[in-house]
Amino acid sequence: MAKNDLLGASLWDAYSNKVTTLMNNPQHQGEISEAEAEARGNQLIVADFGAESCGDAVRLYWEIDPKTDKIVNSKFKSFGCGTAIASSDVMTDLCIGKTVDEAVKITNIDVEFALRDDPDTPAVPPQKMHCSVMAYDVIKKAAGLYKGVDPESFEEEIIVCECARVSLGTLKEVIKLNDLKTVEQITDYTKAGGFCKSCIKPGGHEAREYYLVDILADTRREMDEEKMKAAADAGTSGKFEEMTLVQQIKAVDAIVDENVRQFLVMDGGDMEVIDIKTGDEYIDIYIRYLGACNGCASSSTGTLYAIESTLKEKLSQKIRVLPI
Amino acid sequence: MQVYLDNNATTMTDPAVVEAMQPFFSEIYGNPNSLHKFGTASHPALRNAMNQLYSAINAADEDDIVITSCATESNNWVLKSVWVDHILNGDKNHIVTSEVEHPAILSTCKFLEEQGVKVTYLPVNDQGIVEAHTVKSFITEKTALVTIMWASNETGMIFPIKEIGEICKEKGVLFHTDGVQAVGKIPVDLQDVHVDFMSMSAHKFHGPKGVGALYIKNSQPLTPLMHGGEHMGGRRSGTLNVPYIVGMGKAIELATENIEEKMASIRAKRDRLEDALLELPDTFVVGDRENRTPNTILISIKGVEGEGMLWDLNNTQIGASTGSACASEDLEANSVMLAIGADNELAHTGIRLSLSRFTTDAEIDYTIAQFKNAVARLRAISSSYAIQKPTKGGEALECELHHH
Repeated sequence: MAKNDLLGASLWDAYSNKVTTLMNNPQHQGEISEAEAEARGNQLIVADFGAESCGDAVRLYWEIDPKTDKIVNSKFKSFGCGTAIASSDVMTDLCIGKTVDEAVKITNIDVEFALRDDPDTPAVPPQKMHCSVMAYDVIKKAAGLYKGVDPESFEEEIIVCECARVSLGTLKEVIKLNDLKTVEQITDYTKAGGFCKSCIKPGGHEAREYYLVDILADTRREMDEEKMKAAADAGTSGKFEEMTLVQQIKAVDAIVDENVRQFLVMDGGDMEVIDIKTGDEYIDIYIRYLGACNGCASSSTGTLYAIESTLKEKLSQKIRVLPI
Repeated sequence: MQVYLDNNATTMTDPAVVEAMQPFFSEIYGNPNSLHKFGTASHPALRNAMNQLYSAINAADEDDIVITSCATESNNWVLKSVWVDHILNGDKNHIVTSEVEHPAILSTCKFLEEQGVKVTYLPVNDQGIVEAHTVKSFITEKTALVTIMWASNETGMIFPIKEIGEICKEKGVLFHTDGVQAVGKIPVDLQDVHVDFMSMSAHKFHGPKGVGALYIKNSQPLTPLMHGGEHMGGRRSGTLNVPYIVGMGKAIELATENIEEKMASIRAKRDRLEDALLELPDTFVVGDRENRTPNTILISIKGVEGEGMLWDLNNTQIGASTGSACASEDLEANSVMLAIGADNELAHTGIRLSLSRFTTDAEIDYTIAQFKNAVARLRAISSSYAIQKPTKGGEALECELHHH
């Protein structure tokens, strides 16, 4: 929220001239009948996407020359708002003259781009970006029907944000590479979640399979696990500086058990590790003497020196031992 | 010609109201709380406005009508202060409301739920109203408040406020009604019905925006929402908004004098419009006319998406709504359509037309013609009316991934 957001946007004023022109007068609205296509020796493919109950529905007609796989004619019918009509119209226009294999590469981003008046100004406001997504979905469906394959087979990756076409793989990678901690950062880096906002969290414009909040949480958890695993590996390979605190305490205990404790116990004393603090120059190990060691003169001189030098030798030269 | 048919969202301020307000900006501008003559100069007009308000809703002298900034404030005040008085500092923990209330009620209830209050959202019947016996069956010993709107902003349907009031009185539960869509549209008599609190807003009855009121029966206690100076008897602080209070008084007087006559005149135009639009095949209007505010039509047009229809109407200079003005930007299905159990398909095809006493017969004629043209154009584009069936396997499943 800031000055420009406080009064709310005038949605319709943000449409490009192309959008409003096509809303009012779509060029490819209409139908192609089976008989018409047959008469010209072509194959008709008709695909539906969406439904009135969703608030958006589109029917795409492709008349395909079976010898060349080329879409020679295309029409659409749409139940939807004006931007859905304009998007369908441009989608149809983009299909004409392409082969099915070429057409299936058309995405909602191409459709939105074709609706722009100039290349740098979006054709529709962010919350309307979603209207062109259906164009992409229905093309895949039509191509699937023609080629006799599952429309999902055209999709090489899982798309989380349909408006900006950002995949699950990209999102995870960007979160990890840039150590992103919030959904806003994800939107800044990838544009995902910046448009209709459905993919941010449940309860938006439409239900999604993946949500940014969950992806963020899962990826952060993965990152933590990777860090832990790295630390654990470091522990077994003996790099004291890279261990987690628990691993460090365990390692110190193990060295003390092996080399020091027996001598202390012989004299009726013992020691325990209280804390370990890693600084730039030193790793400070705070210990407490127990039993007879407590107050023994040697505990601050010879014994301390013995403990410290053993730990330095076995674990790290940066270690300092500080009795408290 | 341009036609404004979105009077449930807001109304034109009656020029007579603007005229009544005019002296209280630059001529009589003193603070009414001041002792000097600059301050006291506004007192007669303020007293007159209060009389106009009391008489318009037939409030008793022992009741309070406290001026607020809007009905949203009034609604927040009741809900939050009942929470403070009877839940935080009492032994109640429950509020009863309906699924179709205005966001000023629903969002506040959601907030209170987050604070630990139990809220029951009552369903509506196929007429879009909450039935009194439903309210009765959900009141418990822990119920602090029942809040049910008097009339729906979306459908215009009038709720059984008298019966619900009796039930609340009998059960000893506080009763609040959001009267925003009732006051000025239908007779509101607060000595005939039992209501503890009622919210209202001036801009819905040709008064100015930014001023509303809360009616409080018998001046009963309700912790203030706005703390400050001793304005409005300490019930609602903030310097009195003199011109707007004067404007609200004038507006409510103009709206409610001879209200039966005004209702009949608006209703005749509304019914004519409704009958004409229902000549279109595959359409229906929500709710029985006899039990509806006389200015409202919520019509569903098969195959025509609501926002697309608004666009076409706007192109012909007609202003309408897809339901709630608050909802028209967030692409949601009409929540009232869903709540009344209308087919999911129809939730996106609702268009609300709301008239006012300024709507003319010529405007109705123009609207009928333009509306029919728009439906014809959009149905010609609509996939719902396409003839050629999809290729086998190309049919859409009901709402695939894209659903609300």
